[in-house]
Amino acid sequence: MSVFLTVLSLSALATILAAVVVAADYKLNNYGICAIDINNGTRVLEVNGGSSLLTSLSSQKVFIPSACGGKATCGLCKVTLVESAGPVLPTEEPFLSGPERDAGVRLACQLKVKHDLKILIPEELFNIKQYRTRVRRITDLTHDIKEFEFELLEPGSIDFKAGQYVQVDSKPYDKVPEPVSRAYSIASLPSEKNKVELIIRLVPGGACTTFMHNHVQEGDEITFAGPFGEFYLREGGDELIFIAGGSGLAPIRSLILDILEKKLDKKMKFFFGAVRKRDLYYVDFFRELAARHPNFTYIPALSGAVPEDAWDGEEGLITDVVARHVEDAVGKQAYLCGSPGMINACLQVLGKIGFEKKSIFYDEF
Amino acid sequence: MGNTPAISPFVIFLASMLTSNMVLVNFLGMCSFISVSKEFKTASGLGKAVALVMVFTTVFNWIIYHFVVVPLGLEYLRYLIFIIVIAATVQIIEMAMDRYLPDLHMKLGIFLPLITVNCAILGISLFMVIRNYGFLQSVLFGLGSGLGWWLAISALAAIREQMAGNELPRGLDGPAITFIITGIMALAFVGFSGIFVVM
Repeated sequence: MSVFLTVLSLSALATILAAVVVAADYKLNNYGICAIDINNGTRVLEVNGGSSLLTSLSSQKVFIPSACGGKATCGLCKVTLVESAGPVLPTEEPFLSGPERDAGVRLACQLKVKHDLKILIPEELFNIKQYRTRVRRITDLTHDIKEFEFELLEPGSIDFKAGQYVQVDSKPYDKVPEPVSRAYSIASLPSEKNKVELIIRLVPGGACTTFMHNHVQEGDEITFAGPFGEFYLREGGDELIFIAGGSGLAPIRSLILDILEKKLDKKMKFFFGAVRKRDLYYVDFFRELAARHPNFTYIPALSGAVPEDAWDGEEGLITDVVARHVEDAVGKQAYLCGSPGMINACLQVLGKIGFEKKSIFYDEF
Repeated sequence: MGNTPAISPFVIFLASMLTSNMVLVNFLGMCSFISVSKEFKTASGLGKAVALVMVFTTVFNWIIYHFVVVPLGLEYLRYLIFIIVIAATVQIIEMAMDRYLPDLHMKLGIFLPLITVNCAILGISLFMVIRNYGFLQSVLFGLGSGLGWWLAISALAAIREQMAGNELPRGLDGPAITFIITGIMALAFVGFSGIFVVM
């Protein structure tokens, strides 16, 4: 009897307190309808106050890039506020430089919508849409890298610049109860508007890569938002140096194919670094491309080849290989994609060769 | 409630702030005391937030204890009940602060979630029951303990800031020297007890 009474009264108390908290949340966290003015009246959205600016905007189909999903760890979701909306929070401080703070830049994921806001966002973000897609084909490229081909269902076509990325939404699975969204670069051609190809490496313990590798089958429906990113072909540069490692090959492949398709008058050298032969992929594809196009050179390199790899190509760290093949920086641009470690090492080597910062573009993951 | 001991609430207030200081004499709330005392500004912010939450939770816990827990004969469940009341109170205070006092929320709000699990807060509610305090006594006990905790962490942070540039023997840096300082401070606070003999 007393056990019953104990359980009952404790549950009742907890329920009452929970109800009080929910009521307080409803009453105190309710800021009514707030108007968000984007780019001086280009669009005015009406949202329910109380959520973060990032969530409020995406509920109205305005997608601000965010790789961490609103945890203030990636610092991508920067927006500019025309009128101040209170002081910068301690969680935002590491991501905002002095001039940015003076200009009113805030992280959209940390800023709570409590009243009407006036914000500025880059014009091209209006081009960002959410796409419903079907997985048409999954191909194993290496032991831990797969290629996914998505057929766009709604909307049926996408406009993007070669080198940009999309944010794929995972669905709840196993021990990951919440959907997460992660950024993956597009590997296919911008002219193929009805499909998108992504190259995804399985990251041990990665929430989204594990989902994509182990819980997605051909025929499944997946949503992603895009295109995002500042990594695309820039003006100038008669000769382009591309350097990639791992799944960093994706945006580079899109860039190279785009340049060849548009018959731009540029010389291209593509360095791809891997550890062993089993980490290489698309080798035949790029060799064949190089055979057909005299202005394109493909240089794969292994840093840890073993005898059984029977490797007769370039060996050594990708930075050393680049240093051997690129003599000077005259008229050249460099495009890099890979891990932060690889990018930093390459930035140093390219600097030594004579590349200026403004002619190096990179996308790190 | 009936046989309230005849200690003046004012004496309880002074005693809980100084002679029986929560952290320096009872050693409750040590984790945040040691870890958040590097900078005076943050430490003082946390101290104020603790004081605020202590007063509110003492009020709510006193009411719930005497009007719900005792009539139902559930005294043995007071640990659980106090904890959930504290958790709910902290949540509501944070929301209210965010709404009505945004400046204060900027300064204290980020500490509030840390406070839910601060054992000094639970300690106040349990002492209040064990010592059989009345309502006014409990409120002043909560306020005094809170202010005492604030005083202690502010003093510690001020000392640590002064010491920031000093060279210490290897291994004494960080928490180790902080524990030594805390010990010396505790001796000083125990010294306050002489004052009340005279009073």
